Amino acid sequence: MTTGENAVGTTTGTDGVKRGMAEMLKGGVIMDVVTPEQARIAEQAGAVAVMALERVPADIRSQGGVARMSDPDMIARIVESVSIPVMAKARIGHFVEARVLQSAGVDYIDESEVLTPADEANHIDKWPFTVPFVCGATNLGEALRRISEGAAMIRSKGEAGTGNVVEATRHMRQIRAEMRRLSVLESDELYAAAKELRVPVELVREVARTGKLPVVLFTAGGIATPADAAMMREVGAEGVFVGSGIFKSGDPQARAEAIVKATTFHDDPDVIAKVSRGLGEAMVGLNVDSLPEDQHYARRGW
Amino acid sequence: MQGGVAEHLAALERGGARPRPVRRPEELAGVHGLVLPGGESTTMSRLLETFELFEPVAERLSEGMPAYGSCAGMVLLGNRVLDNEAPDGSPAVRTLDALDVAVRRNAFGRQVDSFETEVDVEGVDGGPVHAVFIRAPWVEKTGSGVRVLATVDTPDPHVAGERASAGTIVAVRQGPVLATAFHPELVTTDERVHRYFVQTVRAA
Repeated sequence: MTTGENAVGTTTGTDGVKRGMAEMLKGGVIMDVVTPEQARIAEQAGAVAVMALERVPADIRSQGGVARMSDPDMIARIVESVSIPVMAKARIGHFVEARVLQSAGVDYIDESEVLTPADEANHIDKWPFTVPFVCGATNLGEALRRISEGAAMIRSKGEAGTGNVVEATRHMRQIRAEMRRLSVLESDELYAAAKELRVPVELVREVARTGKLPVVLFTAGGIATPADAAMMREVGAEGVFVGSGIFKSGDPQARAEAIVKATTFHDDPDVIAKVSRGLGEAMVGLNVDSLPEDQHYARRGW
Repeated sequence: MQGGVAEHLAALERGGARPRPVRRPEELAGVHGLVLPGGESTTMSRLLETFELFEPVAERLSEGMPAYGSCAGMVLLGNRVLDNEAPDGSPAVRTLDALDVAVRRNAFGRQVDSFETEVDVEGVDGGPVHAVFIRAPWVEKTGSGVRVLATVDTPDPHVAGERASAGTIVAVRQGPVLATAFHPELVTTDERVHRYFVQTVRAA
């Protein structure tokens, strides 16, 4: 199933509906869930979408092994249990996993560095798909390369499963700073900028002109508290993915609701203070510096 | 609050209004008309309650405040949602009851069924509007006071046998309340639907 026009002049799988879908998620929180029960808790708490997966990143880290696409049966059960959109992860470059997920009826695919990459040279060619893709990025070049491959939404990579927001902050600031830099360049300097960023010059021109990515920019990777989510909004994220941070904490329901509220009222410290009270234990968290070299997920993809 | 807020603000401004975002009850007091943006209806319904906006908005609507809802906003403005049951039996979306219509959520299918097409909208001059439908609802039943502004033909062959057919209702108006199943705010070169709403607000 690809972009196609039918007899009555309607077209599916267009840029407009793929990117537009992400526009509808703006200002919201997307939560990792591993069971239909968790999906319902997330929906009740006000999540705009859920990410269906077998193991949250914190467990992938602690258990090791090859992390793959989730069982389509488990994804189907989550799809049936909620009315909000359901996303699922495919391995970097694994276009057949992506086809399976599209066939299973997911609403968005995350081509994710949290899973073990399936191709070390190529990401998935995302244009032929009807289902839209979100991809991770650590800098502007990476973000624009994913967009040139057809990604309809970008998120910072952060460092998933650590409960440590430092890498997400780094990536958000990096992407935003590089966009600001482009906006002050002369038009004849954009060719060299495109070469440096290793992306098509048309995309560089568009970012230089508009000052923003042509798709929605979310953040992900290490967000554990309402204050983390609000800070990410303040540094330019249009919405937040929370992975292990919710269901690895002491009181998932309360934490999920609090993160939703803090994401909406990111500029109001009184609200954030109120919702941060009595949430119980946050997930334990890991120091990114002490991770072994091969455990830095953000370095997967290029 | 959530969803295509910035796009609606920009479209309203191009349509000649002075828009402002509303997240708190006190911010509602100063507006003459309210836009409920597209987003996720379940999420927006939850947020309206958590931020203590549900009652004030419902009250203003009952006093005749003009409103416009796109997509999820249409679901919230209606008075009946079909298939509206959370697993515990409670309604997933609480409606504002400003339009006498029964709305079916995600009626056209999942995201892979989302589509773009051209739609003629009554009251909007200058030819059809380019309409983007994203996991869109449709109106299945209308009360006597509701005017149908736009319909589309069966968009997707594999739902044709079930519920969609020629003349599926995708835009309605009742008094000063307007709703579309599609997202005119995403088409940044055409603000005719928003201009129509601004005129409705001025006339009210």
